[in-house]
Amino acid sequence: MCRIGSIKSKTPVQPSVVLRLMLPQQEGHDNSGFAMVMQDLYGIFSPYKDKPLLSLVCTQKGNRLVEDYMDAHNFTKLAEWLPVPNKQPGLDIQAMPYYVFRNYDYPEDAALMTEAEKENLLLDTRLALRKILEKDNQGYVYSFWPDVLTLKEIGDPSDIATYFRLWEDNGCLAAKSVVAQCRQNTNYDIVRYAAHPFFLQGYTLCANGENTFYTKNKNFQSSLHRGYIGFESDSQCFLNTLHYVHHELKWPLVYYKHTITPLPFEEINRRDDREVLLGIRESLANLEINGPNTVIGVLPDGNMITCCDSKKLRPVVVGRDDNMAVISSEVCGINEILPNRDQTRDIYPNEREVVLIDNELEVTRWKQ
Amino acid sequence: MEAVKTQDIGVNDLNWIIEYKPERCTMCGSCVASCSFGAIKAAVRRQDITVSEENTPAPVHKHSARPVIKQVASLTNFCRGCGICQKVCPNNAIMPRRNPDARRTLLSRDSGPIKRGGRTNLNAERTLDKIVVGRISQMTDPSLDAARHTFDIRAPFGRVLGTKELPFAVENGKLTVKGKKPPVRWIYPLIFSDMSIGALSTRAWEAVAMAVGCLNEKYDIPVRMSSGEGGMPAKLLTSEYLKYFIIQIASGHFGWNRIIQAMPYMKTDPAGILIKIGQGAKPGDGGLLQKEKVAEHIGAIRGVPRATLASPPNHQGLYSIEESVQKMHLSMNAAFGFRVPVAIKCAASSTSVSVYNNLLRDPYKICGGFFIDGIQGGTGAANEISLDHTGHPVVSKIRDCYLAAAKQGLTGQIPLYGGGGIGMTGNAAADAFKMICLGANGVFVGKILIQLLGCVGNEQGRCNACNTGKCPMGICTQNPRLVKRLDVDKGAQKIVDYVLAFDAELKKLMAPIGNSSLPVGRSDALVSTDANIANKLGIGYVC
Repeated sequence: MCRIGSIKSKTPVQPSVVLRLMLPQQEGHDNSGFAMVMQDLYGIFSPYKDKPLLSLVCTQKGNRLVEDYMDAHNFTKLAEWLPVPNKQPGLDIQAMPYYVFRNYDYPEDAALMTEAEKENLLLDTRLALRKILEKDNQGYVYSFWPDVLTLKEIGDPSDIATYFRLWEDNGCLAAKSVVAQCRQNTNYDIVRYAAHPFFLQGYTLCANGENTFYTKNKNFQSSLHRGYIGFESDSQCFLNTLHYVHHELKWPLVYYKHTITPLPFEEINRRDDREVLLGIRESLANLEINGPNTVIGVLPDGNMITCCDSKKLRPVVVGRDDNMAVISSEVCGINEILPNRDQTRDIYPNEREVVLIDNELEVTRWKQ
Repeated sequence: MEAVKTQDIGVNDLNWIIEYKPERCTMCGSCVASCSFGAIKAAVRRQDITVSEENTPAPVHKHSARPVIKQVASLTNFCRGCGICQKVCPNNAIMPRRNPDARRTLLSRDSGPIKRGGRTNLNAERTLDKIVVGRISQMTDPSLDAARHTFDIRAPFGRVLGTKELPFAVENGKLTVKGKKPPVRWIYPLIFSDMSIGALSTRAWEAVAMAVGCLNEKYDIPVRMSSGEGGMPAKLLTSEYLKYFIIQIASGHFGWNRIIQAMPYMKTDPAGILIKIGQGAKPGDGGLLQKEKVAEHIGAIRGVPRATLASPPNHQGLYSIEESVQKMHLSMNAAFGFRVPVAIKCAASSTSVSVYNNLLRDPYKICGGFFIDGIQGGTGAANEISLDHTGHPVVSKIRDCYLAAAKQGLTGQIPLYGGGGIGMTGNAAADAFKMICLGANGVFVGKILIQLLGCVGNEQGRCNACNTGKCPMGICTQNPRLVKRLDVDKGAQKIVDYVLAFDAELKKLMAPIGNSSLPVGRSDALVSTDANIANKLGIGYVC
């Protein structure tokens, strides 16, 4: 099962902290990859927080295809982090030739665009790059968005960190918000796109457990939005739903939980807002999840959320001190990086609850 | 030797031969009295025997005229194999045996096409039996406990809007309802299908209705029952219990005079309206109620004189789907103030997806359910040729409709209900579960209900005499002497018990796949041992 975790911090953290959060959570052979999405970046991307950052892995040919496309569409290269890999023998990693983490400036005509138009431009660019790279299996593009960096690789998380020199804390990569996961889909085909966290137009999400309504979700989502593609992992459905409810429908966040884990009819019928809740159950029945799952997500405004399935079959815990809030599927990870926190303040959200951590690390909790 | 011609009908021409053991018979007459078809009669048989009762041969010839029970060799009063004679015989002296050499089907068209009730006898092979629930939660995720967890087994009935069409507005961080949306009722995914008063005896209909009342009032299982095209008792129309009934309107409009007259006095809205376009057992044919069954009270409820009631194959006003939406759906919606879902029932057909697509795209959002009735559906009366040679299996049709909606981003906007052979082999819960995984929101059943009341008809030609008015079980007849055979309370209890078991069995299938709400469209839960079925339905093939 995937172990998932996230950190929201007042001061930037480097990837080694994230690894220390994740590695103790390993049970048996489940650490088969490493994936993280860093947001609110510091380090070498600090000067370009408002410029879209492209995260991808590819072959040499793939790199050329991407550069050609970006040039042809008037994106100007601004800054780049080129990891210098540590290729010491014996590392368990299935590395690709090129890792691209590159800031671009928008095309000139973007100056006249609304925010929504810019968002669509970035999404369409990522989808176009994905299509180009997919054609001859030349690479994988994970995110293209301001102030967002995605790193994913197959192998042992600790070795992956060695390969990318993440243990060295060299200051290149740092962020105030990180979501991570350490498993490369051990149950199904090992595909890089299947590793969460996933990112879509400002929304980041990872989830553990089996999405037993994956087929339903997928059938429904496939025609809802052009960004809902791939479905290499059943967890992508959780992100699509979050994006759909909050971004497309523009509904308040509270309705995300009502959508994925609707209340039983018996309870809905007792509530004042039953008309709304029944409407959601009717129209979004196919976005319900009904298996064991914990979700950790980050919203475009930087707020981090977590919740779990309607039976709390997959639990989650939130630990915090004055400088950092950590969400994790297993408490041992939090104990590693926040050993001195007040454990009585830890939050174990119940099956009806959503926990939100804002940029000031203020915690808001509500029940469905 | 009897004087016979070779064309004369003999017992061996009939589908069932009465096996009679005179040595066990006490001549009580119960069998003859109970055979509603007049297929057996008391007769006298000449018996000659030569016996010797001495130590040395002293043959004595004895002649006796012995009373016996004799089968009638007739193409009208023939044995249907119902077995009522066997049931009432206190001494196991009589029973019907299937005759493999029967010629009745060939010979009995002297007065036109053969008519009968029941289900198709030729297309009884079942797709659902080649599908199993193969995706069981094993280590990847936990199974649920059918006895301990709570399950939310409800299905929508009514027009569901696309999310962006919902009349919601955001106010103070909350969604509020601004404006109206079509009525949607959340009901149990098992609908008691439309068997009319007339097709059924009033008492049999009442038994089904009583079961509905009990399931709702006592067990909180919101089963709904469709009235069938024959009207409803006036008292029920104006009672609180109308909320459990879906009133049907079909091409004959039978009973609607009374329904319309009752509308001002209705205390509550009905559960829904079901417009019947066609029926799986006899697609393209209208309803048929033989004169024999139009008793005085049936004529009164339907508002017709005593005559064979053949509904036209088409609704008189129906010219196109769009027109049906404009006229039938809108007028039915308007009649109940747009508070009651109006659904439509069609026979499964190669055209089902086209109809569903068209209704999904209707701008008025007026159709609240699409009921597809498959070839294995039952009927009270139809031409045998229709029963056996027309129709369409329902399983792939439900799947096709579901996928057609999904492709357009309209999944679930018109709830799909599948019927026609659900529970044919006894387990309706398994059938329902598989249909739901393939995309149905729920199922409807009819035949199984009367089987629970005591109907012994089957797909191998047993009984199927629903059209004759001579139903030996008192279910499909208006003959008061036959109706008296039916224990209404016991019948209702049987249905209630079956549905309670259905509910428990449904949970027994939901739990292993780890779901507490209905897995509508969760086709990954199913696998098939038949590659063609797997391929057609888009599920896994296993062997």
